[in-house]
Amino acid sequence: MLLTITTKRSPATDLGYLLHKNPARAHEVSLSFGKAHVFYPEAKPDCCTAALLLDLDPVGLVRNRRGPGGEGRALEQYVNDRPYVASSFMSVALSQVFGTAMAGRSKERQELAEQALPFHVKVAVVPCRGGEPVLRKVFEPLGYTVVVTRHPLDETFPEWGESAYFTVELRAVHRLKDLLAHLYVLLPVLDDDKHYWVGDDELQKLLHHGGDWLAAHPERELIVQRYLKYQKRLTRRALAQLVEDEESDPDAEAEIHATEEAVVEERITLNQQRHAAVVAALKATGAKRVLDLGCGEGKLLRVLLEEKAFSQVVGMDVSYRALEVAQERLHLDRMPTKQRERITLFQGALTYRDARLEGYDAATVIEVIEHLDPHRLSSFERVLFEAAKPRAVILTTPNAEYNVKFETLPAGKLRHKDHRFEWTRQQFQHWAMGVADRFGYSVRFLPVGPEDAVVGAPTQMGIFARMGSR
Amino acid sequence: MNIKIPELSLVLLVGPSGSGKSTFARKHFKATEILSSDYCRGLVSDDENNQAATSDAFDVLNFIAGKRLAAGKLTVIDATNVQDEARKPLVQLARQYHCLPVAIVFDLHDKVCHARNKERSDRTFGQHVVRQQSQQLRRSLRTLEKEGFRYVYRLESPEEVEAVTIVRQPLWNNKKEERGPFDIIGDVHGCFDELKRLLETLGYHVTREAETARYAVTHPAGRKAVFLGDLVDRGPSTPEVLRLVMDMTESGAALCVPGNHDMKLLRKLKGRDVQITHGLAESLAQLEKEPPAFHERVTAFLQGLVSHYVLDDGELVVAHAGLKREMQGRGSGKVKDFALYGETTGETDEFGLPVRYNWAAEYRGKAMVVYGHTPVPEPEWLNRTINVDTGCVYGGKLTALRYPERELVSVPAAHTYYESAKPFLPQDEAAPVLTAQQQHDDVLDIQDVLGKRLIKTRHHHTVTIREENAIAALEVMSRFAINPKWLIYLPPTMSPSETSTRDGYLEHPSEAFGYYRHNGVSRVVCEEKHMGSRAVVIVCRDEDAARSRFGVVGEGIGTCFTRTGRRFFSDDTLEREFLEAVRSAVEQAGWWDQLSTDWVCLDCELMPWSAKAQELLRHQYVAVGAASRAALPEVVALLEQSNATNPDLGALKERFVNRATMVDQYVAAYRKYCWSVRSLADYKMAPFHLLATEGKVHTDQDHIWHMETLATLNKANPSLFVATPYRVVDVTDSASEEEAIRWWATLTEAGGEGTVVKPFEFIATNRRGLVQPAVKCRGREYLRIIYGPEYSAPEHLERLRSRGLSSKRSLALREFALGIEALERFVRLEPLRRVHECVFGVLALESEPVDPRL
Repeated sequence: MLLTITTKRSPATDLGYLLHKNPARAHEVSLSFGKAHVFYPEAKPDCCTAALLLDLDPVGLVRNRRGPGGEGRALEQYVNDRPYVASSFMSVALSQVFGTAMAGRSKERQELAEQALPFHVKVAVVPCRGGEPVLRKVFEPLGYTVVVTRHPLDETFPEWGESAYFTVELRAVHRLKDLLAHLYVLLPVLDDDKHYWVGDDELQKLLHHGGDWLAAHPERELIVQRYLKYQKRLTRRALAQLVEDEESDPDAEAEIHATEEAVVEERITLNQQRHAAVVAALKATGAKRVLDLGCGEGKLLRVLLEEKAFSQVVGMDVSYRALEVAQERLHLDRMPTKQRERITLFQGALTYRDARLEGYDAATVIEVIEHLDPHRLSSFERVLFEAAKPRAVILTTPNAEYNVKFETLPAGKLRHKDHRFEWTRQQFQHWAMGVADRFGYSVRFLPVGPEDAVVGAPTQMGIFARMGSR
Repeated sequence: MNIKIPELSLVLLVGPSGSGKSTFARKHFKATEILSSDYCRGLVSDDENNQAATSDAFDVLNFIAGKRLAAGKLTVIDATNVQDEARKPLVQLARQYHCLPVAIVFDLHDKVCHARNKERSDRTFGQHVVRQQSQQLRRSLRTLEKEGFRYVYRLESPEEVEAVTIVRQPLWNNKKEERGPFDIIGDVHGCFDELKRLLETLGYHVTREAETARYAVTHPAGRKAVFLGDLVDRGPSTPEVLRLVMDMTESGAALCVPGNHDMKLLRKLKGRDVQITHGLAESLAQLEKEPPAFHERVTAFLQGLVSHYVLDDGELVVAHAGLKREMQGRGSGKVKDFALYGETTGETDEFGLPVRYNWAAEYRGKAMVVYGHTPVPEPEWLNRTINVDTGCVYGGKLTALRYPERELVSVPAAHTYYESAKPFLPQDEAAPVLTAQQQHDDVLDIQDVLGKRLIKTRHHHTVTIREENAIAALEVMSRFAINPKWLIYLPPTMSPSETSTRDGYLEHPSEAFGYYRHNGVSRVVCEEKHMGSRAVVIVCRDEDAARSRFGVVGEGIGTCFTRTGRRFFSDDTLEREFLEAVRSAVEQAGWWDQLSTDWVCLDCELMPWSAKAQELLRHQYVAVGAASRAALPEVVALLEQSNATNPDLGALKERFVNRATMVDQYVAAYRKYCWSVRSLADYKMAPFHLLATEGKVHTDQDHIWHMETLATLNKANPSLFVATPYRVVDVTDSASEEEAIRWWATLTEAGGEGTVVKPFEFIATNRRGLVQPAVKCRGREYLRIIYGPEYSAPEHLERLRSRGLSSKRSLALREFALGIEALERFVRLEPLRRVHECVFGVLALESEPVDPRL
């Protein structure tokens, strides 16, 4: 909520000319979200400090809100940190209160505006996702000396740990215009949130304020991604335009991309392998009418639709939102009638018996059961194997033994926050054979993904076939 | 001429154009009962005479007719209906919905039709059309009965048409006016001694008049016996059983529906060729000793039996083999077959007997269905149905269900009279762990929760659950909620009191008291509101009780869940310790005996807030405190520094000094509700409703009873249980109000959240229906956590005063009614789906958009 800019370059009071705000007076500017005050706690020839104080209207923020809900919908609640921190509101205030200075103009001291001067900036307080390391790697490459003070969450509860708020002091010799541009772009980047919708004009703002220095910044990808709220399309365009202006080292560039791709590729391969294995297993059953239970956003559905062998494909998920995304991704509304008739999507839950699931040749249950509470598995078994009873069921789940191979996964942790369990191969097979036995199915198992001699493959698959069918 | 038609029938008017069908229909039937093909032609083509639209028009007509028949509405088809191919789909429709097709034929002279058509400008077709239709009509007359028309009436002159009176007859099976009480008796199969003993056990006086040799059976309480059929075969005394039952039905002491054995005997008596198997030989041998007159009487009796009865205003259905909802109160061959034999899947079991289709598992009807036919060791409820054939003739027992008491009364068989092909009594194996209903309830059906739903509640009007809310609830329920068998209640939301206009206050007890006063409630209870997390706790005496009452196996002695049905504790050990502590306190308090129960369901607040809301606290509440307390002192210091040189800043400084004070107060407020939790010893539990125990939902007890009863838990374990402080307030006495307001002020100034004001009675109503079951009134400091640290600044407070409570209040009532309904259904042993429907409804309503700060 508070930003001070200090200079000791004599006569320091020239800062008033540069900011177009007279040090002798207090200034009040009305903004859409509250007020900004500019005043000078100190205005002497050897040291002059200008303070920009934001006075956000906390009730107005909630009641008159038109923009997005903010991180965790914080802006929809009265209890939120926005009135006390330097965020995108501060950037907007900077551009409105110090617009002329940001443009690099000064009526009385143009030569000073074009000159790099020693500045000391203090911001209270800065919310920073990623903490001190991010603060440093964002400001230090721009020549700042950075001093940070991290604030505790609540000193009476030390066990709650540190907060994500910092008082930040920056020292550097820069043109005022550049200093303001850095703050304008980087404060919301540290916060990693925006109080307004990010659109194409946001890209223009970024290129305008970051054009000179962002291309050479080693953290430009992080900055661009966060500034544009991870909107991939905008981020790609921003990076392309930034790099165009830059003389880059093509070899280094290629190297970076190769490693990035490997990381990505590994993921794609496992998912693709899983889908390929599922499709192969499905085809082997001779199934024509197929259910994908827990279809999510429809990645497997797309693969299934490409296969002529499947005359009917049904996707079911408990998340209505996921189904909407699937509908969009599969372009259902623009699909030719014949194709469209092959696919059905509906909401359903694997713990409720559902007549709509009866009469299919096969069902796929891909990476789904680990999202069910173990106590609810018996219901799932009855819903699928007793009531719906497709001729074949293809079911995959993570192989917990393989987790040791994931370097980023701490020991004992599950792969996904919502996983209720992950089974070893023995646990899975024990369960699957029990199910097969209880409901009159046979079952066999296949590893999916690169197989390790000791811990097996990352994914395990069970292929159930109803006895006496076919 | 009287034309008798069953009250539910599909009536086809058959006759050429101009024969007067439409006029006739208008005269004798309600406009909504008549479906006219001309009108449907108009609907689909804007032209009632457009023959090209005939096919589409009949699609519409058949569709509507189907909907009407499904709903049990008499329907009249006003079309020529002279061709058999036109009648065929309609007859099929009648069959599909198990009602009888009736034909009223207008066989008038062509000249009459011609004359009438001439008078109408829109009938431009030539005379040949009518001629052709008449020919088709004449051909039809010979085949109508064969086509399936049970009633055919032929009208041959305009005078005859004019003289018709339509008489609607109730179906034979409709005995809704018979309200019991009944004793419904399962398959007797010639076991006369047992039947007589059972009747006597049930309190009937059974005597035989000397001169007429007739049985006279009466019950002092005017009860009536209902026989579920299969009176005959296999057993030792079939004629005597028949004699008793015939005498009883004739005297009005009993009702009887037929069983498959009875009907087979009837066919034999009528001289048909039937196989003498399954115990028919015994019946025939016994009947041989009876005179021909008795045979005639039996024949007439059996012939007159009606497949099933709908009794007690539609609340009760009796049929030998049970009856699906869509067949109840209908009459068709299929209904009769189902009532006699049930349905089979076409498969046979290891004993070579047909595998029965388990219609009861899918039964969703509102009527209770009592049936027999298949012997079972013990009658078991399943979805409001019960089979009371306990295999007397096989050495089991003869059972009656007392209605409406739902009590079972049995007498054991004196002998095994006949060997069953399939052993029906349990062999050596242990009895099943769960009842049929509990096993069935392991899996709920999605059709019972999905889509728009209307839920009838006993304390409020019908509650509507909208489809989009059900969609949201399905996701939450299936991804996060505990086993639905535990989930017998979800707490309702609670509205705050009306916004206060007092200076500095957003909420104040005066408005809460005023609300109740205005709604005709004079006495209220003020309870201290604890700031923790809402929790519903169920504990059973032991795991055995959890299994027998909740049908839950291997999940401990109880559960503790949040207001959205999630498990409260993520740590298994802690949960176990907690439930054990509650169980032991309940035991010490002596509740098991006092309340004759094996389980209790409590509505509570579990503290501290920080235990469950850890994440929320750290990311929102504490974070805001940290940010504001880091930033504001810097601002104040800087303003003080500047103030020296620039006195203009004085007011700004004051403002920020105030802001700094308010955020300190905010931090002090949330700190009151936080403390470190290392073990169970750090938790506090404040129960405020003893919701339910076996057979009872304690909404008939006032809040003082709840408070006093729950206080005994605090005596048993003072370290875990908090006894909630409360006051009774007379809202018509200002002194009483003032005292309560002072109490509230003291509580809230000391950092308490506030109070909850409830009507003295648990459920309070006035002329307009339910009154809010509780209204909260929160303290000034506490509200910083809700409306932001600085809400108390006058410029903020003024704007915050504009808030609407009506949708919150309406929601609170609907959720309250649903929650109590869920408990009521649970204690009444209703199928889980009926309980789940209400709980799911509460969750769905919670997804309605309402200001979260209320």
